[in-house]
Amino acid sequence: MTRSRRDWLLAFGFLLPSLLVFGVFIFYPLARTIDLGFYRSDPFGGLGRFVGVSQYTHVLGTHAFRRSLGISLRFVLLTVPTGLVLGLGLALLGHQRLRGIRVYRALFSSTVATSVAVASLMWLTLLHPSIGLINQLLVKLGHERIIFLQSQGWALLSVAAVTVWQNLGFTFIVISAGLQSVPDELLESARIDGAGAWARFRHVTLPLLSPTLLFAIVVLTITSFQAFGQIDLLTTGGPLHSTEVLVYHVFTRTSSDPSTAAVEAVVLFVIMLGLTLVQLRVLERRVFYGE
Amino acid sequence: MASVVFEHVTKRFGDVVAVDDLDFTVADREFLVLLGPSGCGKSTALRMVAGLEELTEGSILIGDRRVDGVDPKDRDLAMVFQSYALYPHKSVRQNIEFPLRSRKVPADERQRLVADVAGQLGLDALLDRKPRELSGGQRQRVALARAIVRRPAVFLMDEPLSNLDAKMRTATRAELVELHERLGTTFVYVTHDQVEAMTMGSRVAVLDRGSLQQIGGPQEVYDRPANVFVAQFIGSPPMNILPPGAGAALGIANVNVVVGVRPEHLLLGSAGVPAHVRLVESLGHERHLLCALAGGEQVIVRMAAATDAPVEGDAVHLSADGRHLHLFDATTGERVS
Repeated sequence: MTRSRRDWLLAFGFLLPSLLVFGVFIFYPLARTIDLGFYRSDPFGGLGRFVGVSQYTHVLGTHAFRRSLGISLRFVLLTVPTGLVLGLGLALLGHQRLRGIRVYRALFSSTVATSVAVASLMWLTLLHPSIGLINQLLVKLGHERIIFLQSQGWALLSVAAVTVWQNLGFTFIVISAGLQSVPDELLESARIDGAGAWARFRHVTLPLLSPTLLFAIVVLTITSFQAFGQIDLLTTGGPLHSTEVLVYHVFTRTSSDPSTAAVEAVVLFVIMLGLTLVQLRVLERRVFYGE
Repeated sequence: MASVVFEHVTKRFGDVVAVDDLDFTVADREFLVLLGPSGCGKSTALRMVAGLEELTEGSILIGDRRVDGVDPKDRDLAMVFQSYALYPHKSVRQNIEFPLRSRKVPADERQRLVADVAGQLGLDALLDRKPRELSGGQRQRVALARAIVRRPAVFLMDEPLSNLDAKMRTATRAELVELHERLGTTFVYVTHDQVEAMTMGSRVAVLDRGSLQQIGGPQEVYDRPANVFVAQFIGSPPMNILPPGAGAALGIANVNVVVGVRPEHLLLGSAGVPAHVRLVESLGHERHLLCALAGGEQVIVRMAAATDAPVEGDAVHLSADGRHLHLFDATTGERVS
């Protein structure tokens, strides 16, 4: 056996476990979903006749799909910038050398260890119209009760707030790790050079933190597009579809019309892939990756 | 231009005393070197001058102004860090002009000052490069340029040469001395390298375990070390220290002192203390002989390369002129003669 052939076999051997896992759980389902999109479902949810790409063009034009896509985009816009700014703020607070700061760091990161189900149930109680703590506080402050999860105006905002809270631990940990890698000497040098706190943040911390922020933006965007658990537990997509993001819309269609659901899932995949690539290309120009 | 005055400055980190009662003055336009081993408190002392560390006790004055509690940017000083602390995402030009920009110097004035300092330090061709595209020596120059562009009253330097190779270090030492003469400002320079201290400083302050051991001109510190620590820290190879009683071999009968003699002051001859050569190290221009005395003490003898040197295992006799013997109290280690 020649050396290069042996190397190939060896490389393949090392890759095989990963290929198997990815193949079974990612690549095959993806290929199967794309294929499913070329068939029209029969009225009983079974696989019907082959219709090719026409189903893709049809689904893309439906009101339900466009509405869900719009809600997903709004959901991402509500959660990602807010989560990022709050995470950055908390990480900057947690980076201070203060007495007992470790306790705060543990508290700030704790949401990362909370499951979606637990977080949703907790917020379901907090946001409850009559027994919820938030409404009780509002009443005490002389405000009317707000029907957070059952009113069209508030439902998406409320689910977005829960998602921001849920993601805050992750954002805090990632940005805190990024802050640790900003050398103290650079900040000290900037202090001597005459830079105030804001100038040090703007001219030293932020540029050096940019790779971390880019990573956080990409991950938060993908996570938000994939939000499902909190919507299912808090609003089941309602009221009147106002929180029916694309993933939830796909889910509700899966049993009755798997082919349309497959098309929407593929479109969601393409959108997320495209958005991630655009984010990487656009934001990378402003990112400093060090030496 | 300004002097820097340490008034009984102490710094504690919890139970650890990093700087212990420093009390001396760096004169206006002086090049003072703070010298000592790692952990002796020299960098902490410098950082306290910069305002990067709070004082536990005492006071620091820059010029006539007490600067305790004054923000670093308002102390009219610049600092060069060991790592250079260049902003990696900014070009050389942006790095140099950052202190000016922070102080809202108008753009045309900034441009003129940057061009001026870049010309002085030979950085004209590198202004648009990023720090990662520069060699160690070039980065060091950029750090210097950023420090001098504002013409502060005091320059603080924290081991700025330690990341350079030996050849570059030698060249830069001379350049720093020239720069000091040209700028005519006060330099406070921290190093653990005695060669840098000896060659650059107008005066050297030797620190150990947070406290000042001796302050004086380089030659004075070398010729008349205040205690055993300074005697052994300054000089390479270090001064030979013979334990109490062992000095009798060199004619010192007092058993309450330890005797110090520099390697270049030990002479080989037919008379004197018997010893045998354990090791001969040739450095090209000179040789170092590691010799064992009859009592087991080891001493180093420095010889010119041109002279015939004994070889390992040879029996020799060592002597020293009484003028070159240093006597230190056996208990306190302080100089007694």
